[in-house]
Amino acid sequence: MTRRFVEGSEAIVDAAILAGCRFFAGYPMTPFTEVLDHMASKMPAAGGVCINAESELEAVGMTWGALATGARAATGSVGQGLSLMQESFSEITRAELPLVVFNMARGQSDYYQSTRGGGHGDYFHIVLCPIDIHEAIEHVQLAFHLADRWRNPVQIYGDYLLAHTAEAVELEPIAHDALPAKDWALDGSLNGTGRSRNVNSIGMSKGAKGIAPEQFWKRLQAKYERIREQETRYEAEFLADADYVVTAFGTTAKFVRHVVRDMRDDGRRIGYVRPVTLWPFPAQIYRDCAGAAREIGVFELNGGQMIDDVRLSVLGGAPIVSLGGISSDESGFGVGPLLNTEVIRTILEENYARATGGGSAP
Amino acid sequence: MTLIETKRPPDVPAKEWRAQRPALLLDGDHDLCPGCGEPIALRSLLEVIEEIGWADRTLAAVGIGCYTALTALLDIDMVQALHGRAPSLATGMKRMRPDRLVFTLQGDGDMVNEGLQEVLHSAARGEAITCILLNNGVFGETGGHMTATTVLGQRTKNTLEGRDAKYHGHPISMTDLLTPLGGVSYVARGTVTTARDVERTRRYLRRALETQIAGNGFSFVEILTMCPTGWFIPVAEGPGYLNETIAPVFRTGEFKVAGKPVEAGS
Amino acid sequence: MSRFVTTRGTVMIDVERCKGCELCIPACPPKVLAMSTARNDRGERYPELSAGCTGCGACYYVCPDSCFTIYQYDQPLQIEVIT
Repeated sequence: MTRRFVEGSEAIVDAAILAGCRFFAGYPMTPFTEVLDHMASKMPAAGGVCINAESELEAVGMTWGALATGARAATGSVGQGLSLMQESFSEITRAELPLVVFNMARGQSDYYQSTRGGGHGDYFHIVLCPIDIHEAIEHVQLAFHLADRWRNPVQIYGDYLLAHTAEAVELEPIAHDALPAKDWALDGSLNGTGRSRNVNSIGMSKGAKGIAPEQFWKRLQAKYERIREQETRYEAEFLADADYVVTAFGTTAKFVRHVVRDMRDDGRRIGYVRPVTLWPFPAQIYRDCAGAAREIGVFELNGGQMIDDVRLSVLGGAPIVSLGGISSDESGFGVGPLLNTEVIRTILEENYARATGGGSAP
Repeated sequence: MTLIETKRPPDVPAKEWRAQRPALLLDGDHDLCPGCGEPIALRSLLEVIEEIGWADRTLAAVGIGCYTALTALLDIDMVQALHGRAPSLATGMKRMRPDRLVFTLQGDGDMVNEGLQEVLHSAARGEAITCILLNNGVFGETGGHMTATTVLGQRTKNTLEGRDAKYHGHPISMTDLLTPLGGVSYVARGTVTTARDVERTRRYLRRALETQIAGNGFSFVEILTMCPTGWFIPVAEGPGYLNETIAPVFRTGEFKVAGKPVEAGS
Repeated sequence: MSRFVTTRGTVMIDVERCKGCELCIPACPPKVLAMSTARNDRGERYPELSAGCTGCGACYYVCPDSCFTIYQYDQPLQIEVIT
């Protein structure tokens, strides 16, 4: 494999095409625009279609149609654009279509939007949150696989840093297990047989009077239970003897992890947890480390969103404190002054000292 | 009056000229109101799809309205869209399956209210899809409220004194909006009030689908349908009301053929 | 008194599907359909056929409920009608 120096947006697009994505529709918005640009430039040569849609709403609608024919298809935007797509997300999810969404968020303030299912109804998206471009390349390929495996949308929660940082990467194809054929996909072949298909979100079927939404939606809930059991992912370091645990997600976590490793080198008994899947959230690891830790510090650059999931995981098992906060640049893209290892070190040292009563012996 | 037996087929030599139901329409009740024009329009569409030999190569994106209930009897692979969004879904479907006939089935509330942007953009882009508008000038499914195609003077749930331009604005004609767009190849409007109208509408549907099959860009057929329930009139007065109140505002005929505007509606 | 009415076709009517909308009545060119006095299981009147059908299919075209099947005779019949 050749190493190439590419920005995150391009790496994501290359990984998607490698994973078999053959349809993309999007609308320009910073910091997502380059994903659309790279898709527009690379999809045709890959035999796929990229449409520069006239609005985010139309972009997700086109992707919806492409998905219904059984294609691997994706869309994306930033939080603001995803806000527009929510109604469609809800319908697509409950129609069990394998949508992949590239969310190049303006920072960390869209955690709730991604993990709570921002539209109407009882549904979730699997949310993969890469720490850097290398993990993003794995996550993009995993996303298409999981989306098909579970017939449920998967979102990649990226951000400005991820999309606009360039690194030398190798695009390694990842082999995943074989998946069953998409016999639910529309092709007209069953027309006129009485068994033609209706891809829909409320349990409508052919030839039957009425619809059966309750039974249909309950089946979806059971699916979410299985996804929670099987697809939770996290990264953790130094938990075995940690007096203090700090947790962060996404590209911010790379800064935090770096500082934690430095602090360990200097003898602090500090541990680190990073959810890799924001949904399903890896509750168990937080429960496990809550017993020994004096405190869990949540370093997220927003008004306090992931901290709710940490609290729900731990349920009073340890004090939980917010260490981050709103921090952004002048354009509001989320690259703010707290994204600085020296600043983070100061914050962690202060809180570590306070929580552990002056620090522990090396 | 001597009545003729109508429970059994004739016992003299005869040709069955119209079967009870096209093959793409499943047996069963559709629960739409007596005198509703929508099932007439849908049945005509299904007949045409069969006649042109594309029954097993057709896909549909269906909007939300009374006609959604008809989809239980529609024996065609379809995806249920959100209100107004079917043209975008149809775009994605056709781009991935250019070898399939792809149509949308939408009401006026769906297409002209919620989804105006979607159909205009799909048309301007010249997507090789056929959008079919079932226009009865009301939101039938939610109880008969005004839509963007309700005509002036028409009484609806929220224009009980009749639509008044000063308070409620003016109706929108889709054929007017679509005909000038470069990507649009075929535009027509028909009704289903008489057998002759149904025949003409079938011809329009056929020409629209043939436009798509030939790969010639966007095609559109608007079908004015009766809604006696939403119009608050007796069932039997549906066709008369349509012809007197709605059809004078929304002319029938072909407006654009093979990419060229037609000078005067036929 | 009787007369003979040329009849070129006939229909089969699925009366249980009829919702009594009566759209077929004015649609029929030879005016050989009239609503019954009896009612079907829905409680609706339904169309009944007299002599003189031409098998044109107009009733089929305008019926929202798929009640009609249309037949065209190979040879026209002369049907005796008592008046």
